[in-house]
Amino acid sequence: MATNPVGAPLQKTVQERENVVIRFAGDSGDGMQVTGMQFTTESVFAGNDIGTLPDFPAEIRAPTGTLYGVSAFQVNFSSKNVFTPGDDLDALVVMNPAALKTNLADLKQNGILILDKVEFNEPNLKKAEYTKSPLDDGSLDKYQTYQVEITKLTTLALKDMNLPNRSVMRSRNFFALGVVSWLFTRPIEPTLNWIKERFKRTPEVMEANTRALKAGYNMGENTEIFASSYEIKPAQIAPGVYRNITGNTATALGFVAAAQKAGLPLFLGSYPITPASDVLHDLSTLKNFNVYTFQAEDEIAGVGSALGAAFGGAIGITTTSGPGMNLKAETVGLAAAVELPLIITDIQRAGPSTGMPTKPEQADLLQSLYGRHGEAPLPVIAASSPGDCFYAAFEAVRIAVKYMTPVILLTDGYLANASEPWLLPRAADLPDFKVEFRTDPQGFFPYLRDENTLARPWVRPGTPGLEHRIGGLEKDYLTGNISYAPNNHEQMVRVRYRKMAKITQEIPPTKVEGPERGKLLVIGWGSTYGSIAAGVKDFQGQGKAVSQVHLRYLNPLPPDLGEVISRFDKVLVPEMNMGQLLRVLRAEYLVDAVGLNKIQGRPFKVSEITAKIARMLEE
Amino acid sequence: MSTASAVKLTRKEFVSDQDVRWCPGCGDYSILAQVQKVFPDMGIPRENIVFISGIGCSSRFPYYMNTYGFHSIHGRAPAIATGLKVSRPDLMVWVVTGDGDGLSIGGNHLMHALRRNVDLKILLFNNRIYGLTKGQYSPTSELGKVTKSTPVGSADHPLNPLLLALGVDATFIARTIDVETRHQQEVIKRAAEHKGATFVEILQNCNVYNDGAFASLTDKETKADTQLMLEHGKPMVFGKNKDRGIRLNGLTPEVVTLGNGIGVSDLLIHDETDAVLAFLLSRMAPPAFPTPLGVIRVIEKPTFDALMNHQIRDAMEKSGGADLDKLLNRGDVWTVK
Repeated sequence: MATNPVGAPLQKTVQERENVVIRFAGDSGDGMQVTGMQFTTESVFAGNDIGTLPDFPAEIRAPTGTLYGVSAFQVNFSSKNVFTPGDDLDALVVMNPAALKTNLADLKQNGILILDKVEFNEPNLKKAEYTKSPLDDGSLDKYQTYQVEITKLTTLALKDMNLPNRSVMRSRNFFALGVVSWLFTRPIEPTLNWIKERFKRTPEVMEANTRALKAGYNMGENTEIFASSYEIKPAQIAPGVYRNITGNTATALGFVAAAQKAGLPLFLGSYPITPASDVLHDLSTLKNFNVYTFQAEDEIAGVGSALGAAFGGAIGITTTSGPGMNLKAETVGLAAAVELPLIITDIQRAGPSTGMPTKPEQADLLQSLYGRHGEAPLPVIAASSPGDCFYAAFEAVRIAVKYMTPVILLTDGYLANASEPWLLPRAADLPDFKVEFRTDPQGFFPYLRDENTLARPWVRPGTPGLEHRIGGLEKDYLTGNISYAPNNHEQMVRVRYRKMAKITQEIPPTKVEGPERGKLLVIGWGSTYGSIAAGVKDFQGQGKAVSQVHLRYLNPLPPDLGEVISRFDKVLVPEMNMGQLLRVLRAEYLVDAVGLNKIQGRPFKVSEITAKIARMLEE
Repeated sequence: MSTASAVKLTRKEFVSDQDVRWCPGCGDYSILAQVQKVFPDMGIPRENIVFISGIGCSSRFPYYMNTYGFHSIHGRAPAIATGLKVSRPDLMVWVVTGDGDGLSIGGNHLMHALRRNVDLKILLFNNRIYGLTKGQYSPTSELGKVTKSTPVGSADHPLNPLLLALGVDATFIARTIDVETRHQQEVIKRAAEHKGATFVEILQNCNVYNDGAFASLTDKETKADTQLMLEHGKPMVFGKNKDRGIRLNGLTPEVVTLGNGIGVSDLLIHDETDAVLAFLLSRMAPPAFPTPLGVIRVIEKPTFDALMNHQIRDAMEKSGGADLDKLLNRGDVWTVK
């Protein structure tokens, strides 16, 4: 602990750091998510590039002080480009012993540890399964430990407000935020403004949180606890207007933007499920964009209603996570048979079954590619970062209406809740794809196909002269009438595959990040982009011929991918599953690719990627 | 709904070019014929009508109507129809289902569509058997029913469709029967006119797997004594000689014979708005009672689709349009130079 020599004037130094990874951890009721998000906002206002990782238990309010009730939020902020929320921690803020116990292992040696001393009392230590207080046994000696009396100082700051103890305790997180805001020279104005807006209906809470935040900040500045503060210079970021965005919000905005560009109403049929519900919440506030949100009675009705809306000429969307995908599968098969545009969004979580609902996994890829009855190939598109969810969602809608097909959009629980600074697109720069419905009865058949896309005509009920029936029974290739003719069925199965092949014309040439040919190609998809990019760039910095390809289109695959793969000696496929893309690539390209598999409900650390690459380069 | 009054259509125009593939003698033929007969009089253009169905014999219905149609998957028609009706309130949306499709696999969707009062016209063909899968018992089959899947008799207690509809406070509940063509037409017309979810149970004979399920109701000799034809505001009288009726004894209905001091004025008067009466009628069943036919209950409630569309119109008006750039720029934004 830093001490101030007696009598010396309070002189503080400022140390410069390139980047810092900090984690806030506390009880699920301690407001750690809010604290982390506000610290993030302050950091983007400080001009840093950032990456975040919220990590919370499935229990809404687990019993206080328990190990399984710990909620955390990690922020990586830097003067350089950020690809991930960071591996090991430079700083850790813990609000109680349970948070210390579950998070300390990730703190670097000599890292900054800020803890609320008052909370390290007998009952809390016991709940955290400490037999001896870690404050007394020397186990924290290898860290820069700051024992701040957060609870006591917050109480003092709010003393004359005469608030009940419960309310005082709720402001502790803002005191802690104030302390670290000072420590890392963050501007607190964005948080002060946020408090003003968020608590405008409860002036007492507004006042208490404001005071706590300022008191924490002033304590850092005016007491001798911290000898120095840290400065992280602004990062070189592409010019433009930014906002901080989570994957779920970006997904919702991508859908709305696409529906606007298509010139159609958006209909979301959905059933609440973690971690997908926020897309439903977000879209339900956007009714002025002609957005219908229908909280259905179950997952099946969610997708069914969306398909009904698509039949009526709307952009039909459903959102869910793994278990919901299974329930929707029969309807997705119907959508494939009737060839209507429909977007099925799977925000993947750790399974099987209820699994770990708040933790991410990439284990629904094979389900998305093959998890239907009969032969029902569908386009599958995956987002690679929180902000990229916007473009992936937009693309899913565009492909669905252009090719008259259901499209599966994959994100995951990490992308859903994590955030990053997002360079705002301008509406005018997004491609237009105004939908024209068929209205001409001349020569009309329900399954008459467009030569270039193999799409059948989209007809809105209400159009005179085009009355027709569609359904799940096999249809005649042209008329759409029921047909059991053997050759016709084979023709229909084949044309549904041919349509997928046509979609390859939408896929841009595969972007190889790094040398065009070389020793090792790392292929990923989805939320692993950042960890892989950071790891690969490490080796490129050392002049090694290691490159990265990150796939957005999982079906159909990019037509040039096989050729790209052939230019490398070895292929590594890191995935948060047991090797699903790996299996596809091996089958598709007969390539002896190797997997790196992490199935812990947590994203890859960069160090895990680099360790594997290093081993493969040595072999 | 656009009701172009100028449109004058004929029955033939509602007949599609597809061959009807129900078994000869199936009750479904009569229902199809009555619907095709009634529809021209509604004055609604063909293109504004949509039939949505699930799976089962009844669910082939949309193929035979020359309107828009969607033959979907087992039990899910009400969910698909809800999405369509909510996003396209200008369309008249009909759902055709059966006792297996609507009450077994799709029970959840049927219940919620009725509860929400989505403006859907739901026709449930009840033949008390699974026809398309060749003769297993259904949720409306009677206890002890011997079928292919219950060789020693079913141990399932049957479900009462009318009580289900009543339980979720459906705004239009009616029952009719395949052979009573005029009655069927009247009920279908009333259903078409109702604003909100309509639930019409149509008793229908499966002459292959459950022939004669409603024989006592349709047999010329017995039907006058087994049918209770309901009319709003009229006393509940039935029987060949119109000499029997339903009287309330305390809270329990009973069958009485007119005469010997019992007059028509002692009988229950049908009131379509009375939920208690609807409950009593829904529970009346042979052999103790005649089977009530007609409109059991009609009430007015805002429809789900109207409420949803009102919210959207309201939001559009208040926001003064959809500005995508404004939406993207929402919240804390900052500029990097």
